[in-house]
Amino acid sequence: MTPSDRFISIRNVSKSFGAFTAIEEISMDIGQGEFFSLLGASGCGKTTLLRMLAGFESPTKGEIFIDDQPMSDVPPHHRPVNMVFQSYAIFPHLNVGDNIAYGLRKHKLAAARRAEMVEEMLDLIKLPGYGNRKANELSGGQRQRIALARALILRPKVLLLDEPLGALDKQLREQMQLELRALQRQVGITFVFVTHDQEEALTLSDRIAVMSGGKVLQVDTPAGLYETPRTRAVASFIGTMNFFRGTVRRNGAAMAAIEAEGLGTIPMTTAQLTKPDGAPVQIALRPEKFSLSAKRPEAGLAVEGRLCTSAYMGERSQYYLSIPGKAEPVAVSAPNTHRLMGGHDLSEGEALWLSWSPESIVMLDTD
Amino acid sequence: MSSYIKRPNRALQVYAVLFLIVLYVPVLFIPLFSFNDSIYVRFPLQGFTLQWYGELWTREPVWNALWNSVKVGLVVSVISTVLGVMAARAITRTRMRGKGALVTFIMMPLVIPGIIFGVALLVLLSRMGVPLSLYTVGLGHLIICLPFAVATLLPRFEGFDPSMEEASADLGENGWWTFWRVTFPMVMPGIVASLLLTFTISFDEFIMAFFLTGTDPTLPMYIWGQLRFPKEFPSVLAMAALILFVSFALVFLAQWVGRKGLEDQA
Ligand SMILES: Nc1ncnc2c1ncn2[C@@H]1O[C@H](COP(=O)(O)OP(=O)(O)O)[C@@H](O)[C@H]1O
Ligand SMILES: [Mg+2]
Repeated sequence: MTPSDRFISIRNVSKSFGAFTAIEEISMDIGQGEFFSLLGASGCGKTTLLRMLAGFESPTKGEIFIDDQPMSDVPPHHRPVNMVFQSYAIFPHLNVGDNIAYGLRKHKLAAARRAEMVEEMLDLIKLPGYGNRKANELSGGQRQRIALARALILRPKVLLLDEPLGALDKQLREQMQLELRALQRQVGITFVFVTHDQEEALTLSDRIAVMSGGKVLQVDTPAGLYETPRTRAVASFIGTMNFFRGTVRRNGAAMAAIEAEGLGTIPMTTAQLTKPDGAPVQIALRPEKFSLSAKRPEAGLAVEGRLCTSAYMGERSQYYLSIPGKAEPVAVSAPNTHRLMGGHDLSEGEALWLSWSPESIVMLDTD
Repeated sequence: MSSYIKRPNRALQVYAVLFLIVLYVPVLFIPLFSFNDSIYVRFPLQGFTLQWYGELWTREPVWNALWNSVKVGLVVSVISTVLGVMAARAITRTRMRGKGALVTFIMMPLVIPGIIFGVALLVLLSRMGVPLSLYTVGLGHLIICLPFAVATLLPRFEGFDPSMEEASADLGENGWWTFWRVTFPMVMPGIVASLLLTFTISFDEFIMAFFLTGTDPTLPMYIWGQLRFPKEFPSVLAMAALILFVSFALVFLAQWVGRKGLEDQA
C-alpha cells in the first residue's frame, strides 16, 4: 500500500450514543482522489461516520487519520475537509456569492480576487451570474450546487457529501450524478459520498463500503461487490441474487464438488473450494448468469424447471422458475436481443432447462 | 385574485372594527385631554392648549423619573435578552434531561402574580440588608422580563437548522465567528423584538417597582404619586400621551423588523 492509498485511515473506530452503539469497530482506508461511497440502509450509521470525519462527533474508540495526521484533537474548523450537508445548510441571510465566499474570510483576499474566485466557482457549478441572487430564490438543485461550490472554493483535501442528491427528483438526480462524477474527476479531490441508493453508489464510485448496523460488511469496487459479494447480506443488498445451500464433497486431493439444493452436484476446482468434506456452504448465482433453453443443453451443468412467472422489462425479461429440491423459485434474467426460443412466448407452467457455468458461482461466507 | 380566504366577510369586519374601538378609544382620550384647556378631565372640551406640555417641560421630578425608568429599562432589556439568548440556545442546542421541566421553570414568573414575587423579594432583600434602589427595581424587572425574552427567542432558535452552525464550523470559523456571522444575524429579528418587548415591560411595570423602589421613583411610581394632586394631573396626561406615541413607534418598528427578518429567512 502506498501512502496515497491510506489518505484517510479509519482505525478501529467505534461510536456510542449512551448505551446505543452507532458505529462498531470500523477499520478502512480511503485513497487520495478516490470517489468513495458509504452505502447502507437508513440508520446504519453512515451520517455518524461522516460526521466523525468532519469532526462534529468524536469516536468513542479508535482513531481517524487524514493525510497521516491524527484527527482526534483537531476541531472541525481546522480539519482539511469540507462537507455538503444533507439539508445543504445554505445561509439564508447571505446571497449566493457571499455563501460561496463564506470560508474565505481568513484568507484575507482583495475584494477583486475574491469576486473572481466566486465567479470561477459559479462557472464550475454552471450557475454563472447567480452571485447576487438571494438564498431563498433557489431551487433544490441550485442549492445543492451552491453547497458544493461553497466547500470546493476552499480546495479541501477531502469533500464529504451526505446524501446530496436525496432531495432531488429522479431526472435531476441522474443528471447531477453525471455532473458530480465529472466534477470530481476535474478537481481531483477525494470524495466520501453517503447514499442509501445502490444504483447511485454503483454508478458513481471507485469503491464502496457496504454498511449495516454500524459495521462495514465489505469494501470493494462496484464490479467486485456485484460479482464477488462475500456475504449474503451484501449480495442481497446489491442487485438480485439466488442463494443455494450446499455441502462440500471431496474425494481425494484433486476432486472437489458442491452438492447444492436444486442444482445437483457442481464440480469445483480445489482452488475455489478449500473447505473439508461435509462442510456446509452457501453459494449464490446472479440471475443473468443462468441461460434458459427449451431442450437440455448438449454439455455443461443444467437442471429442468418450470416457469412460475415472468416480467417483461424492456431490454431484458426476468423469469422465476421453480426447480425440484428448492423451495424458493430461481430468478433468471435474459436479454431480449432476439425473442427467446424462436419467437414463441413462454407461458406459465412451461418446462425449461436452466444452465450455468461453475465459474459464475459465488462462494459466500457462512454466517 | 380572490381566493377563498381573501373573500370579504361582513361579520368579521364589524367585529374587527368594534374590537379596535373598545381597545383604543379609551386610550385615545389621553392625548385628547392632554390638549384640553382645563385641569378637569371631563366633557365638554374647553379648548386647545399646549400649556400642559409646557409645564411638563419645566418639571424636574418628571424628567428624573422618566430617566430612571429609561435607565432601568435599558439595563433590564439588555441583560434579560442576553440571558434569553443563552437560555434559548441551551434549550434548543443541547440534549439534556429534564429540558421540559427547565422551560416550565423559566416561564413560571408569567403565571405567578407579581405581587407575590414583589413581597418575596422585598422580604429577602431587607433580610439581607440590601437597601432599596433602582438596582433592586431592576432585579425585580429582570425576573418578570426573562420569560418574555425566552418566549420571544425560543421559536427563533427552534426554527434554526443546527447544521447552519456546523456548516460555518466546517468552513473554518470557530465558535465566536460562527456566532457573529451565522447565529446572530439569523436570530437578530428575535433579539430586536426581545429588546423592545422587555424594555416596554420594564418601562411600565408597577407592582415590582412599588415594593422595591427606594428614593428614586420610576415613572409609573411617580405618576401614581401624582394622581393624588388634581393640579398635576393634566401634565401627567401630557407625559402619558408622549409615552403612548413613542410606544406605538417602537411597536411598529419591532413588527417591521420582525417581518423583514422572516422574509429574509423564508
Ligand atoms: N446524536 C445522536 N444521539 C443518539 N443517537 C444518534 C445520534 N446520532 C445518530 N444516532 C443514531 O445512530 C444511528 C445511526 O444514525 P445515522 O448515522 O444518522 O444513520 P444513517 O445516516 O445511516 O441513516 C441511528 O439509529 C440514530 O438514531
Ligand atoms: Mg444519514
